Amino acid sequence: MQTGRAARIALYLYGGLAIAFLYLPLVSVGFASVSKARYLTFPIKRYTTQWYGKALESQTVNDLLWTSLTIAGIVTVVSMVVGFFGALAFARYHWRFRGVFQKLILLPIFFPQAVLGLALLMWFNFVGWIPDWKSAVVAHLVWISPIATLVIAIRAYSFDPALEEAARDLGASTWTILKEVTGPLLMPGVVSAGLFAFLLSWGNFPLSLFTTGADSTLPEWLYAKMVSGYSPLVPTVGILSIATSMVLLIIAYLISRVLASRRKRRQPADE
Amino acid sequence: MERHDRTMGLLSALPMLLVLVLSFAAPLLVVFAFSVMPPKVFDLAHMPDFSAYGVLLSQGYHRSLAWALGTALASTIILFLICWPLAYAMAKVFNRFTLVITVAVVITLFVSENIRLFGWVLTLMKGGLIEGHLRAWTGMSFEGALYNVPIIIFGLVYVYFPFMLFPLVQGISMVPDDARQAASDLGASKWQVFWEIDLPLSAPGIVVGCLLSFVLAAGAMAESKLLGGQAVIVIADEIETAFTYGQNWPLGSALSIVLILIIGSLAVFAVSRVDLDSIMGRRR
Repeated sequence: MQTGRAARIALYLYGGLAIAFLYLPLVSVGFASVSKARYLTFPIKRYTTQWYGKALESQTVNDLLWTSLTIAGIVTVVSMVVGFFGALAFARYHWRFRGVFQKLILLPIFFPQAVLGLALLMWFNFVGWIPDWKSAVVAHLVWISPIATLVIAIRAYSFDPALEEAARDLGASTWTILKEVTGPLLMPGVVSAGLFAFLLSWGNFPLSLFTTGADSTLPEWLYAKMVSGYSPLVPTVGILSIATSMVLLIIAYLISRVLASRRKRRQPADE
Repeated sequence: MERHDRTMGLLSALPMLLVLVLSFAAPLLVVFAFSVMPPKVFDLAHMPDFSAYGVLLSQGYHRSLAWALGTALASTIILFLICWPLAYAMAKVFNRFTLVITVAVVITLFVSENIRLFGWVLTLMKGGLIEGHLRAWTGMSFEGALYNVPIIIFGLVYVYFPFMLFPLVQGISMVPDDARQAASDLGASKWQVFWEIDLPLSAPGIVVGCLLSFVLAAGAMAESKLLGGQAVIVIADEIETAFTYGQNWPLGSALSIVLILIIGSLAVFAVSRVDLDSIMGRRR
C-alpha cells in the first residue's frame, strides 16, 4: 500500500519536528553555558567561555569526574562479562528455565529506579555496608547488566548453533569453543553492550542518588545544584558531561567504520 | 546435545542470577520486612506490627498515589498518540531517515535525564529561551510555563518518548504488508485497515510500549520536582521524603510496597504476555 506524496512529506516533517523537540532543551543548556551573566536571562547579551575554565579548574568537578568515570568503568567491564553469559542463557541454549530467566531479567528494567535505589540503601544498611561509590557500582549493575544482556542477546539470536556443533565434533572442548567460536561471533554485541553500559552508568541519576553515600557523581551534583538554586556552573558541567558521552560515541563509531572497511578489503582476498 | 545445552544454559545464567538475587530480590525482601516494623526503627529486630500501613491509609497518601498514576496514565495516552504516526513512518515509510531518527533518539537516552529536564526549565521559564526571545522580538510576555500539572505530564512525555517509540516501531514492523494490501484490495477504508489490521497485529509492541512508559512514569520523581515545583507531590517523592526528612523507614517501605505491588503486577502481566523470542528476532 503506497503512502501518498503529501502524506510522506508530512511524515518527514513530523520526524524532523520530533528530533527538534528532543534536542531543544539541550540547545538551551548549551546557550546558558556560554552566557556571561551570573543570572541567566534570554536573549543572551554577552558570551564567554570563562565558566568552562572555572569548571575544569575546580577540584570538586574533577573529583566528580573521577568518581563517575570509575563507577562507569567498572560497571562496563562487569556487565560485559555478565551480559555475555546471560545472553547465551537468554538466546542460545535450550534449558529448562529459559522462559522464566528471560522474564526475570526484564523486571529490574521495569522497576522504578529511585525506589530500587532506596531498597538497595536499606539492604546495604542491613548487611552493614556503609554506602560509597562501590555500592553505587552494585546499584548500577542491577539495572545495566540486564540491558547489556538484551543487547548481546540480539546478536546471539542471529548465531548459527551448527558452528558450535561442528567445533565440538572436531574435538574442541567447551572452553575452547567459547574462546574460539562463540566469543568472536558475539564480540560486536559485547562491544556495543559495553558502550551502552558505560553511557547509561555515566548519565544515571536516580540509582546513584541514594547509593553513593558520601561520594557524589556528576548527575547527582548537578541535581543538588538545580534544586538549590541556579549556578552558572550547572549548564557548563552539564555540557561537559554530554560532551564526554558524545566523544566516546564518535570514537566508537569511527572504530567500527575502520573495522568494517578492513573486513571488506580482506574478503576479496579470501575468496 | 540436549543435556549439554541444559547444563550450559544454567551455568551461563548464574552470574546474572547472582546479581538479581543479591541486589534485586534481597533488597526487596528487606523493604518488605521494614514495612511491617513499628514506626521510626532502623533495624529489623522488632515485633512486626502493621502500623505503617495504617498511617498510609489515614494520612492521605492515596492522593499522591493518584497523582502519580494519573499523570502516568495521561502521559502514556499522549505518548501513544504522538508516537504512532512516527513509529508507523519509521517502520513502513522512511528508509534511511529511520536510522537517523533512531540514532538521534538513542543519543538522548545517554544524556542524564535531569540535564534534559533542566534544559526545559531554561527553555520555558520566565526569561527563558522562549519567553525571553518572544519579549525581545515582539514585546509580548507571559508568565513562565512551569510549575503546574500539565508541565509535569509534558516532562514525562518528553523523558519516556523513546520507551514508547521503539516498541511501537518494533510492533508495527511485525504487521505484514500483504495483510494491509489484501484488506485494502477488499475495500477496507484506511480507518478500517488501522482498526482491523494494524492495531491487533502490532499488539505486542503496543502492550510493551504502553506498560513500559506507564510503569516508568508512575515511579518517576525528577519531572514533578524539577518542572512541577511543588505543584503536586507524587508517590515516589513521598517515599523519598519518608526516608530522608521523615527518618521513618517503615513508612517509606510501606509506601514503596504499595507502589511495587501496582507496578509489579502490571509488569508481570506485560512480560507474561509477550513472546521475547519473536520480538527480538529469533531465526529458528
